Amino acid sequence: MVQIFMGAISLGLLWAIVTIGVYITYRILAIADLTVEGSIVMGAAIAASAIIRGVNPYIAIAISFIGGLLAGLVTGLLHTKLKIPSLLSGILTMIALYSINLRIMGKANISLLRMNTAYSAFENLGVNHNGAVIMVGIIFVGCIIGILYWFFGTEIGCAIRATGDNPQMVRAQGINTNTTIILGLMISNGLVAVAGALIAQSQSFADVQMGIGSIVIGLASVIIGEVLFGKRNFFSRLVSLVLGAITYRIIIALVLKLGMSANDLKLFTAITVAIALALPVFRSYLKPLKKSIKKAE
Amino acid sequence: MLSIKKITKVFNPRTINEKIALHNVSFTLKEGDFVTLIGGNGSGKSTLLNCVAGVYPVDHGNILIDDINVTNLCEHKRAALLGRVFQDPIMGTAANMGIEENLALAYRRGQKRGLKWGISNKEREHYREILKTLELGLENRLSTKVGLLSGGQRQALTLLMATLKRPKLLLLDEHTAALDPKTAQKVLELSDRIIQEENLTTLMVTHNMKDAIKHGNRLMMMYEGKVVLDIKGEEKNKLTVEDLLVRFGHVSGEEFANDRALLS
Ligand SMILES: Nc1ncnc2c1ncn2[C@@H]1O[C@H](COP(=O)(O)OP(=O)(O)OP(=O)(O)O)[C@@H](O)[C@H]1O
Ligand SMILES: [Mg+2]
Repeated sequence: MVQIFMGAISLGLLWAIVTIGVYITYRILAIADLTVEGSIVMGAAIAASAIIRGVNPYIAIAISFIGGLLAGLVTGLLHTKLKIPSLLSGILTMIALYSINLRIMGKANISLLRMNTAYSAFENLGVNHNGAVIMVGIIFVGCIIGILYWFFGTEIGCAIRATGDNPQMVRAQGINTNTTIILGLMISNGLVAVAGALIAQSQSFADVQMGIGSIVIGLASVIIGEVLFGKRNFFSRLVSLVLGAITYRIIIALVLKLGMSANDLKLFTAITVAIALALPVFRSYLKPLKKSIKKAE
Repeated sequence: MLSIKKITKVFNPRTINEKIALHNVSFTLKEGDFVTLIGGNGSGKSTLLNCVAGVYPVDHGNILIDDINVTNLCEHKRAALLGRVFQDPIMGTAANMGIEENLALAYRRGQKRGLKWGISNKEREHYREILKTLELGLENRLSTKVGLLSGGQRQALTLLMATLKRPKLLLLDEHTAALDPKTAQKVLELSDRIIQEENLTTLMVTHNMKDAIKHGNRLMMMYEGKVVLDIKGEEKNKLTVEDLLVRFGHVSGEEFANDRALLS
C-alpha cells in the first residue's frame, strides 16, 4: 500500500508539470491546446534518443524543453498568423508530431533500462526508485513554480495573462496578442516536453503512443486542484495544480486497487472530466429546483 | 492633428450582405478639438472609430495622426497614440485581474514590455492618488478583481486607463450607454473634466443629442456612412436640440429626396 502511494505521488509530481502546462493554455490563455498530446511524447522521444547516445540526462531534458517550445511555436503560428482555430491548430501539430516523434526515435519505442537517467544520482545514493523520482520531481516542480510565479508577474507575463482575459483590451493597450499567445503556447509545451522527458526516464521507456489522453489527464488535474485546493492567488493556484495532479494519481491508484481494469481508466478519466466541466450547468439546473422546493415548503 | 482623408469601409464586399459602412469620409481635427459624434443606428459611428483605432483596415483613403500615416499600422501599434473606451464596460478591462494590474497594463501603453516587475510600488502610490479623484473608493481596493466592480466603476476605470498615459487622441464610443442615467451622467462629467484638464483631442460618440450639444466644441452627425453635419465654434455654442432635429431632417430628407430622384 505504501508503495502504491509512493508510486502515485512520484507519478503525480511528474504529471504536475503537464498540469501546469495545461493550466497555462486552458486557464490563462483560454485555449484548449491539444499540442500537449504530441509535445509530451516529443519530450520523451528527444530525451530517450539523446540518453541512449550517451548525452547527460539533464542536458537531454534541456533539449526536450527546446523541442517543446518549437512545438508550441508551430501551433501558435498556425493559430495567429494563419488564423486557423486554436483547437484545430493544436490537432494539426499533434498529428504532425506523431510522425516527427517516430523520426526522432527511429522506431516506436526506446528502452532506457539500465541507462544513466536524471534519477541515477539519487538512486546511487541508495534511495529507491520512487524516492528518487519524488526528489527530482520536487526539485523540478519547485523551480518551475518559482520561475512561473516570477514570470507571470513581469510586464510580459501580465500581458499574457490579460490576453486570455480580454484580447481586445490588450490590443488597445498596445500589446501584440499574437506574440503573447505564441509565447504562452511555447512555455506550456516546453514544460510538457520536460515532463515527457522525466516520465520516460522514470518508466524507463519512451513510446510514441504515450501521449494519448494526456490533455484530459491534465485537465482533470487542473480541475481537481481548483475544486479541492482553492484558487486564491497565483502562487496558491500553482501549488493547487501540483496537489491536483497528485490527487488524481492517488484516485487512479485507488480505483485500480479496487479492481477497475486498467483498460477502463481513460473512460473513467474522461467521464470525470466531463462531469467536472459540466458542474456549472448542473448547478444552474439545481438552483431553480432548490428554490421551488423551498417555496413548496 | 487627426486627418481622415476619403476613407471608405465596405463590409462583406461582393456578397448579398455587402454594406458600405463608411463612404468617402473626410475631416480633420485640430489639436484640442472635442468632437461629439451623433447619428442613427448603423450610420457608421463605431465603424469610423474602429477604423481610426485600426480594428478594421480601411478599403480606401488615409488616416493621419499628427502627420503620421497610420492607415496600414496594425491595431496594437496604433494604440500608442490612442486612448479608447468602449460601449460595453466588459470590453475595456481584464475582469480576472486586479484594478492596479489593469492600470499597470495601461500605464505601459506604447512602451516595450520586458521582464521588469509588472507593477512597481511607486506606481501604486500614483494609482491610489488618481483613483481618489474618481471618488468611488477604489483607491482602497487596488487588488480587487475588476470583474467585481459595477458597470459604472468599470467605465470610470477604463476612462482612467485610457488617459493614464496621455493619448494623442481619445476615442469614446457610447461609453455611457450601458449605464443607468445617474451613473451615465457621472461618467460623462468625469470624461468632460479629464478632457478639459488634459486638453485632449477627443472623438465622443453619443446617442443623446442634449449631451452632444452640451459637451465639446464641435458636433458632427453621421448618416448612412457619411458625415452630414459638422457644426463648430459660435454656431455650436448656440445650438439647440430643435435646431439639430430640423437640420438632421433637412439633411436626411435631402438624402431621401436624392435617392427618390435616382430611382424615378
Ligand atoms: N464587423 C462587421 N461586419 C459586417 N457589418 C458590420 C460590421 N460592423 C458594422 N457593420 C455594419 O456597418 C454599419 C455601420 O455600423 P456601426 O456599428 O458603425 O454603426 P453605429 O453608427 O455605431 O450604430 P449604433 O448607434 O447602433 O452603434 C451597420 O449597417 C452594421 O451592420
Ligand atoms: Mg456603435
